[in-house]
Amino acid sequence: MSNPSDLLYTEDHEWALVEGDTVTVGITNHAQDSLGDVVFVELPEIDQELGNGDALGVVESVKAVSDLYSPCDGVVIEVNERLNDEPELINSDPYGDGWIIKVKISDPAAVSHLMDSEAYDQFVQAES
Amino acid sequence: MNTEHHTYNKLSAHPDRFEQRHIGPRTLDIEAMIAQTKASSLSALIDEIVPEAIRRRRALNLPEAKSEFEVLEQLKGIASQNKVYKSLIGQGYFSCYTPPVIQRNILENPGWYTQYTPYQAEISQGRLEALVNYQTVITNLTGLPLANSSLLDEGTAAAEAMGMCWSLGRQKGTRFIVDSACHPQTIAVLQTRAEPLDIEIVLSSREDMLAQAEFAQAGSFGVILQYPDTHGITDENMGELIDQAHAHKLKVVVASDLLALTLLTPPGELGETGADIVVGSSQRFGVPFGAGGPHAAFMSTHEANKRVMPGRIIGLSVDSNGEKAYRLALQTREQHIRRDKATSNICTAQVLLAVMAGMYAVYHGADGLKAIASRVKRLTATLEQTLVQGGTQVIEGQRFDTLVVTQAGNGQNLAEIYEAALEAEINLRKLQVNGQLALGISLDETCGFDLVTKLSQLFLGQSNLVTLSDSFDFEGVLKRQSTYLDHPSFKLYQCEHELLRYMHRLQAKDLSLTHSMIPLGSCTMKLNATAEMIAVTWPEFAHIHPFAPLSQRQGYAELYSLLEGWLEEITGFSAVSLQPNAGSQGEYAGLLVIRAYHLSRGDAHRKVCLIPTSAHGTNPASAVMAGFKVVPVKCDERGDIDLIDLEEKSIKHADNLGALMITYPSTHGVFEEGVVQACAIVHAHGGQVYMDGANMNAQVGLCRPGDIGADVCHLNLHKTFCIPHGGGGPGMGPIGVVAHLAPFLPTHPEEAVGGDMHIEGEQSQAIGPVSAAPFGSPSILPISFAYISMMGADGLKKATEIAILNANYMASKLSGHYDILYTGNNGRVAHEFILDCRGFKASADISVDDIAKRLMDYGFHAPTMSWPVIGTLMVEPTESESKEELDRFCEAMIAIREEINAIESGKLDREDNPMRYAPHTVEIMTADEWTHSYTRSQAAYPLKWIKSRKFWPSVGRVDNAYGDRNLVCTCPPMEDYEA
Ligand SMILES: Cc1ncc(COP(=O)(O)O)c(C=O)c1O
Repeated sequence: MSNPSDLLYTEDHEWALVEGDTVTVGITNHAQDSLGDVVFVELPEIDQELGNGDALGVVESVKAVSDLYSPCDGVVIEVNERLNDEPELINSDPYGDGWIIKVKISDPAAVSHLMDSEAYDQFVQAES
Repeated sequence: MNTEHHTYNKLSAHPDRFEQRHIGPRTLDIEAMIAQTKASSLSALIDEIVPEAIRRRRALNLPEAKSEFEVLEQLKGIASQNKVYKSLIGQGYFSCYTPPVIQRNILENPGWYTQYTPYQAEISQGRLEALVNYQTVITNLTGLPLANSSLLDEGTAAAEAMGMCWSLGRQKGTRFIVDSACHPQTIAVLQTRAEPLDIEIVLSSREDMLAQAEFAQAGSFGVILQYPDTHGITDENMGELIDQAHAHKLKVVVASDLLALTLLTPPGELGETGADIVVGSSQRFGVPFGAGGPHAAFMSTHEANKRVMPGRIIGLSVDSNGEKAYRLALQTREQHIRRDKATSNICTAQVLLAVMAGMYAVYHGADGLKAIASRVKRLTATLEQTLVQGGTQVIEGQRFDTLVVTQAGNGQNLAEIYEAALEAEINLRKLQVNGQLALGISLDETCGFDLVTKLSQLFLGQSNLVTLSDSFDFEGVLKRQSTYLDHPSFKLYQCEHELLRYMHRLQAKDLSLTHSMIPLGSCTMKLNATAEMIAVTWPEFAHIHPFAPLSQRQGYAELYSLLEGWLEEITGFSAVSLQPNAGSQGEYAGLLVIRAYHLSRGDAHRKVCLIPTSAHGTNPASAVMAGFKVVPVKCDERGDIDLIDLEEKSIKHADNLGALMITYPSTHGVFEEGVVQACAIVHAHGGQVYMDGANMNAQVGLCRPGDIGADVCHLNLHKTFCIPHGGGGPGMGPIGVVAHLAPFLPTHPEEAVGGDMHIEGEQSQAIGPVSAAPFGSPSILPISFAYISMMGADGLKKATEIAILNANYMASKLSGHYDILYTGNNGRVAHEFILDCRGFKASADISVDDIAKRLMDYGFHAPTMSWPVIGTLMVEPTESESKEELDRFCEAMIAIREEINAIESGKLDREDNPMRYAPHTVEIMTADEWTHSYTRSQAAYPLKWIKSRKFWPSVGRVDNAYGDRNLVCTCPPMEDYEA
């Protein structure tokens, strides 16, 4: 699975889909692959204010725990409730049904520091 | 004895020496093995491996080695100084009958006591099922749906529960309210745990909690109530207390008693929503006193709290064939994954004792347990009625088994009654109630009507007519309405044949040291010799209450003192505390000692604890519990502590440097040359050095932590000193310290121990207790005692040398087939080594899991998997494995490497190969259909000798994700069996 070119990426292996002032956040295929079978996702509360890099939740697999960090400043407007019962969506569809939260940003520049897919591909390559 | 006599005695000694039984390789084998390693001699090999700078060339000063029979004589002598009285002291410890069928077939059976924690589920289904029975007992009796598979003791379970409440409140709370009628040792352990976390323990009576609106006070985050309490009272206001606490958003812990709960409304059903957490000890379910342990403590809670629950939880899942299978659930909570963010540091727990307690319930069933409890209640009521009629005053209330007498009747005097009871070989509990002496009496299943009559006589000073009470049960809100233990496991096995066969069916599913070597790195699965085990169940060691008068524990006192002295000599320290119940507790205790030392010097700010990234998960978890802030130190490319990084961080944090935690030899299995320098760097910047002694078995007789520069070190007696692992406990983690730390060693409210012995006149600055009992788990100490006594200085040193030889022999045999990850200066390993399996993922789609599961088909337990390096296997053979066994294991590993080769070269299918489908069960092998591209014999008998020693895994590969997504931790419903 290649990393979709319409998304932006963080060094913590998260992706962000920017649509107007709404940013949808999830973890990348690389991240779900190295975690293994995801069994639990801890989601933040709606209306929680997040700064860039703030911890917003946790993804747990049978053998590892990974903190989630906010890719940008923003306010949580929606969380993927389906993950409570079907955490495996993160494995089966990391860029689709496995999305984690949506945040509202007040300034388009809030996402300007993120990598594009090409830069992220290179980042993953360099890391391994 | 003159010297001639001594010499003749030696010359004519019995030829059998224990050392030769403990050590695996024969003399000739040793020569061949040395040749394989290309060393010129054993001592040359050791010289290459152990850095000269730390080498101690002097023999340990220990008594001459005894034979198995001599040590049993010696232990008999020691045991005879203990006096077995009828102990009615209670306070969390009650006499009970260990069903002989359980004593002989579980407690005294290496098929149950020699395994490690059930990490490899497919060859551990027996004890996993036994533990699920135990968890079912705990959930049913406490009335809460989720239980873990044991904690170390009731005191630490209460402390863990407090930690859970704190985590559930996001660590913001500062006040934890404690029922002043909790057992004193529980309160003391809570205080120890609370202090470094800046939590205030607020003692309050239950009446005051309501009357003084304690729950409304700012900062309160939780409360613990005892039910029945230490005075035996079962409070009818429990529901009200729980609801009030909940109304103020406090979490509620209830400490309770399993036998009482067979009659008593369970804490999970009190008030609107029940208690949040229930803790207690399962000791009285068939486990002897043992002067304080080992026993399994229990904990249960609501499902919603599962992610902050400490300890191991056994859960149900399915295997690759869709059959039900058990395994360790939700491991991401634990220290080995979450490290400094874990809620607890617990690792080794009390599996063997939990299995016993679970079997006790299987043996008696619900009706049997209830009948035992009713009888205890009735006899207690009988005693109460008789004493009160005779004018005695007691603390009033509904009670189960305990009576506290505050005023004697008939002009008697309590102090004299206590003495008269002692005369009659009966121990009562002495306690203070409102500043006055009171006497506690706790009855149990071993007490009968005769004893009640005797007690009446003692208290009333005359023979009274004692008539049996009609009170069998609680009344009103306290009377239990719900049923329990309805599951078939608690109904089918009450005739002894059925139980015997059930236990043996379970045992047959578990691979133990009775089958083959268990090469778990860092775990030291050496021989647990039968001679070492024998004394554990002797009544003089087993049937001693932890708080019995010292005069009845003289044998134990001698045992402690000899053992402490030997451990001091072996480690080079000046004092030892036997209190911690596992390595993790030793770490925690040792770090608290370091903290107390800094505090005593006005250095409260020394809170930084440096920990190499290669450290075991318990290290960072313990450091956080002891109030330290963890700063990781890097390892260099050779796997050693990066001394440059260590120095930089020591300088950077010099003002606040509290401690360094190191493991030696390192967790990578290397005697690092830089260890002395590492200690010196930390000392130069004001820190103390904590040594994790998990690898002490590579040091004994060759070098000593105290000489290397460590200030504290724990010893896992269940590794280096032969206490069997029990399938995941018991253990013992005593700590040794240098002289300047001795005044800070853990104390205990019931007995002068630890720091109290090292300080005169001044006010003690020692830490409080870290365990419920002053000496941890005394009844397993004869094991380590016997080991040291039978090996002597030479034997112990030899054991260390052979452990190192065995590892280097294997490393050299395997090195052409696998890469050995880290080695010392001379290309040698220490007593264990890491096989790098990371490359097989790309070359053959084979993971380290596949190798571990495939080893089961070869009849072996896997080495330690993915620790300390992910994707690797760490092998530790120990000195107790013979050359034949080492060769068999190497042959299996090499055969597996050939299978990987075959996949790499395309000879075996990348998907359909025996590694991916391992382990293979009998059902799969004998099914009418065989669909694989490899043959059946390739699957089950890949090497010739396997046929004659075949061990069949009882289930196929267990699906971990399924089990974690669908948590079930009690016996599955009946339909699952019928299906
Ligand atoms: C290096 C190391 N440190 C600490 C521990 C913890 O010891 P325990 O399980 O006795 O708590 C272990 C046990 O596996 C270990 O291997």
